Amino acid sequence: MRAQKVFANRFTLCLVVVLSAIQSSAQVTFERLLNAGKEPQNWLTYSGDYSGRRFSLLDQINVKDVHSLVAKWAYQTGATGKLETSPLIVDGILYATAQDDRAFALDARTGRPIWMYQHQLPNDIRPCCGHVNRGLAILGDKVFLGTLDAHVIALDTKTGDVMWDAVAADYQKGYSFTVAPLAVKNLVVIGVSGGEYGVRGFIEAYDATTGERKWRFYTVPGPGEPGHETWEGDSWKVGGAPAWNTGTYDAATNQIFWPTGNPAPSNRGEGRAGDNLYSNSLLAVNADTGKMNWYFQFTKHDEHDWDATQVPVMIDSADNHWIAQANRNGFFYVLDRATGKLILANAYGKITWSDSKDAEGRPIAKKEASPTLEGHTVCPGALGTTNFMAPTYDPQTQLFYVTARDQCDIFSTAPQPYEAGHAYYGSAYFPSEEAEPYRGFLKAIDPATGKIKWKFEHTSPTWSGVLSTAGGLVFTGDAEGNFVALDATSGKTLWHFQMGGAVYAPPVAFAVDGKEYVAIAAGSAVYAFGLP
Amino acid sequence: MRSFFLRQCFVFLLLFLCWIPRSIADDRNPFANDPKAAKAGEYEFRINCALCHGLGAHGGGRGPDLTRAQKKHVHSDAEMFEVISNGIPGTIMPANGTNGQGVGMTDEEIWQIITYIRSVEVKATQASGNAAHGKELFYGDANCSLCHMVEGKGGRLGPELTGVGGSRTRAAIIDSVRNPSRRLAWGLAESTKEFPQEYETITVVTSDGKEIKGVALNEDNFSVQMMDASEQIHLLEKNNLRSFKKSRESMMPTYSADILSNKDLDDIVAFLTSVGAK
Repeated sequence: MRAQKVFANRFTLCLVVVLSAIQSSAQVTFERLLNAGKEPQNWLTYSGDYSGRRFSLLDQINVKDVHSLVAKWAYQTGATGKLETSPLIVDGILYATAQDDRAFALDARTGRPIWMYQHQLPNDIRPCCGHVNRGLAILGDKVFLGTLDAHVIALDTKTGDVMWDAVAADYQKGYSFTVAPLAVKNLVVIGVSGGEYGVRGFIEAYDATTGERKWRFYTVPGPGEPGHETWEGDSWKVGGAPAWNTGTYDAATNQIFWPTGNPAPSNRGEGRAGDNLYSNSLLAVNADTGKMNWYFQFTKHDEHDWDATQVPVMIDSADNHWIAQANRNGFFYVLDRATGKLILANAYGKITWSDSKDAEGRPIAKKEASPTLEGHTVCPGALGTTNFMAPTYDPQTQLFYVTARDQCDIFSTAPQPYEAGHAYYGSAYFPSEEAEPYRGFLKAIDPATGKIKWKFEHTSPTWSGVLSTAGGLVFTGDAEGNFVALDATSGKTLWHFQMGGAVYAPPVAFAVDGKEYVAIAAGSAVYAFGLP
Repeated sequence: MRSFFLRQCFVFLLLFLCWIPRSIADDRNPFANDPKAAKAGEYEFRINCALCHGLGAHGGGRGPDLTRAQKKHVHSDAEMFEVISNGIPGTIMPANGTNGQGVGMTDEEIWQIITYIRSVEVKATQASGNAAHGKELFYGDANCSLCHMVEGKGGRLGPELTGVGGSRTRAAIIDSVRNPSRRLAWGLAESTKEFPQEYETITVVTSDGKEIKGVALNEDNFSVQMMDASEQIHLLEKNNLRSFKKSRESMMPTYSADILSNKDLDDIVAFLTSVGAK
């Protein structure tokens, strides 16, 4: 009898061990990525799911109890500089990145590290704006990292060991990766950085299992390709149009929506006459082939460094399938996802570069907005009304929330010949002495009208992303180091915590053992918060 | 043995001869007074330096005016090359290539920038003011030292001014005395934060009805750290205040020519310049 009971107990224990082993080793399949909404305890892509909404269905932390939120843990990455990472969370493990291409896995309940991978970077990399990285993608038993020396690397999810390492381009010519890749089907999709070095931009996809490149789409068309005629002479060869922020995926049409950045040189249009396709555009490309279905160019022939690399967000209602973007040029755009046709474009910040629209409703640049040798003031400034800060769309409030700034700069041209691997701006920008102080906001935009429903003013402009949750909350960080929860309907602040360092990253939400957490990077650490 | 010694001497001599011209070459601006290089340098300057040092090198919000012939940190072209290459520790002047903007400028481009800076330098006009009288005014009738400290002596409410004469133009100093609110001085800069705190004026009413006016030492959306005119520090949570008002009207009084004559102001500037040049 006793032996039987012991056996039964042992059997139960074994079952639990086996079941939990199955649970913890359950790999992230494409099916799971497609249905990320069914497992809100996990955060499976850069934006949480393929829609780009950065919305969590978790509601344990909500408008009623958020006032009691406490810090659960902090993980010091040991890196200095800006942390722009958006963590992934899969079945209790948090995967994130830090400066200089460091990747790590933590116990998401405690913040204790499981593994750390440090990519060995050469000392002559060519980053644009800090040695930053915005996060990983996950598929199967691998996480994927794009590096500052233009490698795409697959790491084992359990150990951080390198599974494959593909060289995408020559970093000495200014190519680099800072973007969080996007895993689609069995592909790792990634876009290159380097618009400050006159690279020829591209979006490409690797076989997640082998690391073999499956397709590459050049965002600057070569001779004979449509759009090539929008470049003067040989300027296309160093045309820029990088693709340094994560796009989204629409399974219904099998399209990847990926945004592109500035033409090079960034602030000097002389020598590259034409629209400069497909810079500053949203591209819809076939996920299997990388062939472009449509494009929409937000800023033609850009001379202000207004990369259109903001996360494109899919918004669905009974009748409409939209894709929306709060653009760096100061306009909020809504497009039809099937065709790329413009539905609306409304200014959501201070702009002076356009005062008219074309027949399709697209803002037209004023001639006098072009930079001059002497320099003159244009709004927004070079850093834009928004930038890489991840926005969020809350299907409950039906509002789009974005970090915005009002800022104007003096733009001045400076002729600069192209030299491989050397900075290629062709200009300078600097704050006007007479300009008003820069102001930073969190703005809630109604995508149906483009109108601002409410705005919350930060003490100074922030680079934080935004998260919305089914708890009726919007989370964001500020330059003063606060992590803040606001009422998604009214914009009223409900809770805050001082993290001791400025925020350059977006928040995420997840749950372990039935307990909800929100996490965000600030200063050089990652923090997680939960109810007591 | 002897021949070995001679051979060694010869080798040393050879090394020495090789070394001299090289070190001289490194110290000398190969483009000195070359107008073409100055033009190229002007463009490089716009791209790399103007963000802080302003268009035309006249000094922006962050960096000193470089058109001043007398500079605080450098005198020769070689010193300027050194500063551009390696930055100035303890200041926000970064070493070439370390500001996250890639590999930085080539040596040639740095020399071009130096050539440009030399081309726009304005020799300081003979200091018109009387520094000794300026010092008397600063610590006496002009009341500057009630709020400003120079070399460890003075008040704490306004910015410390020991170095201001070395980094700001005479015109900028005069402007900040005549129009103190036009451009507020910068205070605390936090390492990860994009913008430093400015000398804004804060007026609050506490929950018990007390009004406090002072300058912001720091501020976020939820709290403010401020100093009042009697140099008391107040640490306040905005939630607990009856009212909170922030203004870009400086607490520094506007010194019009009626209050402080042009000549007396010149003397004060001469005093600050003499201290700042040390």
